[in-house]
Amino acid sequence: MKHVIACIDESRMANAVTQYATWSAKQLQTPLTLFHVLDEMRYPVNSDMTGNIGLGSRESLLEELAELDERRNKIALEHGHHLLEAAKNRAEEMGAEDVHVRQRHGDLAESLTALEDNLRLLVIGLHGAQTCDSDRLGHQIETIVRNIHRPILAVPPKYHTPTNVMLAFDGSDVSRKGVKMLAESPLFVGMPIHVVMVGAATADATASVEAAVSHLQEFRHKVSYEIRAGDVESTLHDIQQERNIDMLVMGAYSHSKLRQLFMGSTTSRVLSRSQIPVLLLR
Amino acid sequence: MWKSIQANWFSNLRGDVLSGLVVALALIPEAIAFSIIAGVDPKIGLYASFAIAVIISFTGGRPGMISAATGAMALLMVTLVKEHGLQYLLAATLLTGVLQIVAGYLKLGELMRFVSRSVVTGFVNALAILIFMAQLPELTNVTWHVYVMTLAGLGIIYGFPYIPVIGRLLPSPLICILSLTVIAIYFGIDVRTVGDMGELPDTLPVFLWPDVPLNFETLAIIFPYSLGLAIVGMLESLMTATIVDDLTDTSSDRNRECKGQGIANIGSGLLGGMAGCAMIGQSIINVKSGGRTRLSTFIAGTFLLILILFLDEWLKQIPMAALVAVMIMVSIGTFSWDSIRNLKQHPLSTNIVMLATVAVVVATHNLALGVFVGVLLASVFFANKVGHYMAVTSSLDEASFCRTYKVAGQVFFSSSEKFIAAFDFKEGVDKIVIDLSEAHFWDITAVNALDRVVIKFRREGAKVDVIGLNKASATIVDRFGEHNQSDTKDLIGH
Repeated sequence: MKHVIACIDESRMANAVTQYATWSAKQLQTPLTLFHVLDEMRYPVNSDMTGNIGLGSRESLLEELAELDERRNKIALEHGHHLLEAAKNRAEEMGAEDVHVRQRHGDLAESLTALEDNLRLLVIGLHGAQTCDSDRLGHQIETIVRNIHRPILAVPPKYHTPTNVMLAFDGSDVSRKGVKMLAESPLFVGMPIHVVMVGAATADATASVEAAVSHLQEFRHKVSYEIRAGDVESTLHDIQQERNIDMLVMGAYSHSKLRQLFMGSTTSRVLSRSQIPVLLLR
Repeated sequence: MWKSIQANWFSNLRGDVLSGLVVALALIPEAIAFSIIAGVDPKIGLYASFAIAVIISFTGGRPGMISAATGAMALLMVTLVKEHGLQYLLAATLLTGVLQIVAGYLKLGELMRFVSRSVVTGFVNALAILIFMAQLPELTNVTWHVYVMTLAGLGIIYGFPYIPVIGRLLPSPLICILSLTVIAIYFGIDVRTVGDMGELPDTLPVFLWPDVPLNFETLAIIFPYSLGLAIVGMLESLMTATIVDDLTDTSSDRNRECKGQGIANIGSGLLGGMAGCAMIGQSIINVKSGGRTRLSTFIAGTFLLILILFLDEWLKQIPMAALVAVMIMVSIGTFSWDSIRNLKQHPLSTNIVMLATVAVVVATHNLALGVFVGVLLASVFFANKVGHYMAVTSSLDEASFCRTYKVAGQVFFSSSEKFIAAFDFKEGVDKIVIDLSEAHFWDITAVNALDRVVIKFRREGAKVDVIGLNKASATIVDRFGEHNQSDTKDLIGH
């Protein structure tokens, strides 16, 4: 059975991540896995500036480095156990039933790729351990979103049970997929849906939005829609504020890295300003 | 993309920059010493070290490994330089690069799995011995000053780190070079210096195409050398990569390393440098000094260039004795101390492979030959060992005068003699059953041995039934595939 996987780290995001993940697992009726990664690359490296090597240097160096890693990893493993244990308790308090905990050594994005087959929905904090006090986006989010081909819920530091949802629709394949998923997924059962298209209200645009709306209505959702011209990021932000929206669904990083290098990424900008959870679809 | 650039280059900024500086100092002696042995000016080796280190920091497959002009490669160039001159060396360097790129695309890096641990150990030890032997010309027919200076240099290298506080701040090889240079100048000691050994670089390296005729004759001259250089270069690099992998608990991309080294060698050849490869000693120094990412290799190369360009007047004054001391340190550090201690515990065959590899390399000065002999010996020993995993048992049914032979295990060239000898042809029985259902026939020699057994029994007048043959001969396949799980069980069971 596929799991909702929540990425837990030592930042204050862990709380909200656990809560949103528990909520999702309950809606989707899937098991919940709390996941922590021990990234050894982030450990500082010891520098010995003597620059000499003698008889047996290689062997003793290997032993020395292995011992150092062993010590650090033991501490990190124990720390990870505590983090996961605390998160598990919180999830069970919220009523999660089937909760698993897992730890892996290595890079976060790589470790998640290894779990991808078992993944229904990934829940991750919008801000990382180093960036959680600022507006800056967690620096691993983009890599993860680009590598994982499952839906990802990026959540803010404060939990609020979602009661309504907004879909950022642009008529592209990804957003049509979003409509289908929104319509059928048990995650959004009974929630009113607001479909937003940012851009000029041409006949084509109106037609494609209306098609999406009628598709959603087929599945008995309460749907409203609007087409508003303006800058994508600030328009979405404004509408969210006006309508008190609890969750945003959008396609993510549909452009190549090269284009992003010059143009910047809309996804990253929307994410970094978002006060509400964002469900990213690839 | 930014993430991987960040991880590969800037994730360990302080350690990489410092270790790059330390390693650059250890590159100079090797580049100078082996340029002299190859018979070219020190600037050829220094330009090569700069070009290779900088290029491979981008193209290589093993972050944190140091590649530059090396002794193993220089030793292969000696006759080429002597007989045909520098321009042919540059052309051979380009061809070496091309061959290595081809090898990378053909994924020949995977062939490293045939090189056993004992061959690797033998290679490493042989390399250490070669580096040491290369210092001997500097230590023969010289005045006593040189011996004293070399010993003092070694004393500084190994003793300086024990001095409190400053001992661990400054690289001791640097202190060794600096203090010996100062002493030699101050007391006016007349010893050989780097300046006596040939031309040093005074400008940035310039792009130049080797001045050789582009015809088949040139190719015939350089090809054998390029092939040897390409093989030795890849061997040393891939072995060094394994060592760095172990030390840093990370993995490397072998085929990318082959291609990367090819590109680096082409770059070196075009900038007037000789071919090079990874260096075991310097890579260990790099890891020890805290270098982990591509940046450390890049800094080492760049800093080397800065040193040789701005300090060339000072470089000339360095007494050779100081460099000899540093190279002796590299040689000692490269040598695998464990291999001596383990001689007693390891099986004789393993020791023979290791020692044979060392002996062949020291005798021929060609690391590729040593590895070839080592791999060959290791394979023969392996075939011999696996040949033991074959047993024939038999039982006699006295009522019908029928003897059943049951063959189990591996039948191939090495065990076929034993296979034939296991049958008693002189026994007078009416019927012979040979049950092969638990045997594995690996090659034509095995099939041929079975044919001979059947014919011999027939001559004695017995009727021969071979059962289970289909299953047994089905294993005559090129690959030890997934065809039968019991293969491995058989091996373990014996």
